[in-house]
Order: sequence, then C-alpha cells, then structure tokens
Amino acid sequence: MNQTFEAKIWVLGDDIDTDIILPTEYLALKTVDDMKPYAFSPLRPELAGMIKPGDMIVAGKNFGCGSSREQAPEVVKALGISCIVAKSYARIFFRNAINNGLLLIENSELHDAVTEGDTAKVTPGEQIEYNGKIYKIESLPDNLMEILDAGGLVNAMRKKNGL
Amino acid sequence: MAHTLIEKIIGNNVNKDVKPGNIVTVNVDWCMVDDIMAPFTIKKFEEMGFSKVWDPDKIVLIYDHFLPATQTDDSRHFREADAFADKYGIKNVHRTDGICHQLMTEAGYVKPGDIAFGTDSHTVTYGCVGAFSTGIGYTEMAGILGTGQLWIKVPETIRVNINGKLPDNVTSKDVILRIIGDLTASGATYMALEFSGDTIDAMSVSSRMTMANMAVEAGAKCGVFAPDEKTCEYCGIAYDDKVKSLRPDPDAVYAKVMEYKAEEFVPVTACPSLVDNIKPVSEVKGTKVDQVFLGSCTNGRLEDLQAAAEILKGKHIAPYLKMIVTPASRKIYLEALKDGTLDILSDAGAIITTPGCGLCCGRGGGILSDGETVVATNNRNFLGRMGTSKVNIYLASPKTAAATALKGEITEME
Repeated sequence: MNQTFEAKIWVLGDDIDTDIILPTEYLALKTVDDMKPYAFSPLRPELAGMIKPGDMIVAGKNFGCGSSREQAPEVVKALGISCIVAKSYARIFFRNAINNGLLLIENSELHDAVTEGDTAKVTPGEQIEYNGKIYKIESLPDNLMEILDAGGLVNAMRKKNGL
Repeated sequence: MAHTLIEKIIGNNVNKDVKPGNIVTVNVDWCMVDDIMAPFTIKKFEEMGFSKVWDPDKIVLIYDHFLPATQTDDSRHFREADAFADKYGIKNVHRTDGICHQLMTEAGYVKPGDIAFGTDSHTVTYGCVGAFSTGIGYTEMAGILGTGQLWIKVPETIRVNINGKLPDNVTSKDVILRIIGDLTASGATYMALEFSGDTIDAMSVSSRMTMANMAVEAGAKCGVFAPDEKTCEYCGIAYDDKVKSLRPDPDAVYAKVMEYKAEEFVPVTACPSLVDNIKPVSEVKGTKVDQVFLGSCTNGRLEDLQAAAEILKGKHIAPYLKMIVTPASRKIYLEALKDGTLDILSDAGAIITTPGCGLCCGRGGGILSDGETVVATNNRNFLGRMGTSKVNIYLASPKTAAATALKGEITEME
C-alpha cells in the first residue's frame, strides 16, 4: 500500500452522514453494485455516475457520521475510490471502512486548499502532494495496514486461516 | 501515569500503560450477537474461513428485536442462529428471556473491568457496572468470533460530575437527556463519558444503566461508572481490592469536565426528531398524546415499572390513550408480577406485553401513523422509528410517561 498514486479529487463538505453516502431505501438492494448509482444521491445525485475508479474524495469533519451501516464504506469502495482524505471521521464508519479495505487519511489542511477536478499525488503513510505543496500524513498502525493491504477484514482473516 | 477509568480498564486488559490515542489489540471477555445481525455475522464468519469459534463460552446469542416474530422472514434469523450455536457448541443462547443489553449483566455475564462488544449500538449499556463495552459492525464481530481479539483506539474521557439530591419528579433519564442536550448528538464522538459525584453514588445500578445506555446518543464510544458495593451486589461478586482499583486516579487528565448540581435538574423530554432536541417538560406541557410506551433497555426495569405504578395506582389512563408496558426481561416481568406492579398497571388500563425490544425498534405492537404523538421511555426518537416518519416521538422518563398517560397530554409528575 505504500506506492504513490495520482488521483482526481472530488470535494465534499462537513458531516457527510451515512444516509447521504447511501440512503436507507437502497440498503436492501441485492448487491453493492446495485447500490452504486445511489451513492451520495441526497446531496449530489450526479456524483456516483461521474466518479471513475482511482479517484479520491476530500472532505471536511465528521465524515460518515450516523448509523452503523457497513454498506456506506462498501459502496464508496465499490465505486473505485482510492482513498478518502477528511478532517475527521465518525467512529463506526472509520472501523467499517478499514474492515472493507477502504483507505482513510486524516488531514486538517488539504480540504481548505483543494479545488474539485484537480489531481493530487498520494503516498500512503507519508504525504500528499497537491499544487506544489506537501501535506504530511500519519501512517495508520501496522495492524490496520495489514487489514487494508489484504483488501479488508474478511480477506485478512482468510489469509490468517491459510485460505 | 494517572488514568481515567476507561484507560485503566483497557490498560489492565492489554497489560500496559495506555494513553488516549493509542491503538491496542484487546482480548475480548464477552461478545453479544443479537437476532437482527446474527445471519450477517454468520455469513461473514464463514467467508473468513474459520473452522471453530475462539471460545464458545464467551459468546452470547440473544433473540430480542424480532421476538415474537411479526414478519414472515423474522424466524429465519432464529433458525440460522440456532444452527450456528449447535454447530459450534455455543450454550449461551437466550431465545425468550428479554433484551440483550439487560441480559448481558442481569444474567451474570459482564462484570466490572470486563471488555465486551456487541452488534448493536446500545452495547454501551454495560458501562453501568464499570465495564468497557461498545457496538461494532457485523464483519468485526465475525472476526472476534474467530479470534477473540479486536483493535481499539484508547478514547479521551469527558468527566461528568453530579452532586446533590435530585428532585422527586426527576430520574436518571432526565439527567442523561439533559447531558446529551448540552453535549449535542456528536459532542462526545470517539470519547468515553465517565460519571461521578454523590448523586451518582446514590443511584441504583438500574438508574446508572439508563445513563450508560444513552451515552451513544452523544456519539460516545462508552459511558462508564466506577463499580461500588451496589455494583458488586448486582453482579454477585465480592467488593474486593481488584474491584476497588477500578476507579479514576485523582489527577487523571480529562478532555473536559462538566459539573452539575442535582437540585437544578427538571423533568425534560427529547422532542421530535432528534435526541439532542431537549426541552423542559413544562415547555411542551399540554401536547395531546395518543400513546405512551414504557419499556426498552433504557427504561424497562423493575424500578421504572414501579415508578409508573406508584403514579397510576387506583387510577385509570386517559380516554382514547393507549399505554404499552414492555418489561426489559423475563426476570423483571416475573418480579413485577409477584410484587403487584403489573396488577396496578393493568388495572390502570395499560397493555402488558412480552419482554423484548418491542416498540422501541418499531416492531411488536403499537406502531403509530401520521400526525400521532407518542411519549416513550426508550433511547431514540429518529424519524420513522415507531411507525411513519410523521409520528411525533417524545423521549421521557417513566415518571413523566406515567403522568402523561394519566392526563392524556404531556405533563410532569406533580
């Protein structure tokens, strides 16, 4: 997970709750692929259709607040988002995201600097380079990186079980 | 280094000095899976490729949200959980005994200093006995079932000191609602709440349970009470040096300290449709009410039923109004049956239901429709929780609920 990648930026605000990420009425759709078109629909109905695999989201504080639905990080991951950079995350979303193999980065400054549509260069655990400026980022602890590197908790456990 | 209570509990578990922000892997003392999440948890457990559970005696399965089943697919959850329990030798299965969060301490599982996780956000309830407990997703629960471990971030602590004597018409429900109103619904995100002061010391374990239960409504990871003699009596253990060590150090560092005078509390209610939309009952007095719900893991205990019975004794609830009483567990149901509490409530016109989650999660009997108003003793008044999204849900104490049932409009106990 330590290799550098470039990603196009989508910008969202503060308190993006799990009902915005995926409204309740779509939680029971059969597969996460079925849910994809409705991601972020209460806020920006067009967004899910515009996100391309490898893009990143830069958001404000308390990203993922609200319910414990695991479908929220699952659908963001399924859209191909490479990472989210937010000022802070709600507790259960943070855990569910890591467990579903979605990279989360905490940074308090980037959100105020970025423009949607620009690209940034991300080196996980080290830095983000945007518009000629370096934003230092903390590495997640090793045990969380293991889960992320495996592609989520189910895969990490399968690996542990020799599968 | 000085520690808050939650830092001590986590530090003891991992056998090292911890401070807020540290990420540690804890050994789980208890885990609880409820009927809603059981099939999802089992599916993830199987995908992970485990051939056995880490310790069948540390796993508790509890059927409560869907009991008795009211929709045709509900009983599948019981069958899948039963089959899982049989396959892996899990003996701690409660099929008709009551609400998970009541049973985890009442049935003798979680004790002071333990670490417990559950597939429901109100798992925070076990902080009432000085345990660290919180809700998690089903994928993480599947991992615990296989390994017995979970990583956690040591939280910062907000200390809440309350001293003095509460007015007669105020219960611990009014206290926690007021605190949530002051903190807001996200004011304690990532953090632990630690309750202390002589008002807390004077409270029963049941009253503390009400407060721990609602810690999550302020976003908290847990809400904890240092165990005392009452806690030990409730848990059936000795008040020994080990238990006595489970209290915060005097010079522990807190993110924030909130001070309250007990005498200044008044009956309050969480108005539609946010848990932190707190107003004094006097401000919404006179609002016409269609139904009153007394129950849930927040306020379905014997002292709650008794408080309502004291108000309703020899009287009758208002015409047109329905009152539903749902004891939190079979044990409470039997105690309330034997001491005459249920007699009084039934005589007063209340409907007594089987123990379980019932109306709190919009199941069981008592669903409401557009424009109707319910005063309820549970923990959430989110849109659509007890029927349509146009139902007005006011959260209140058992005393306020009973006084309201008598009058047919929102009112506080006189």
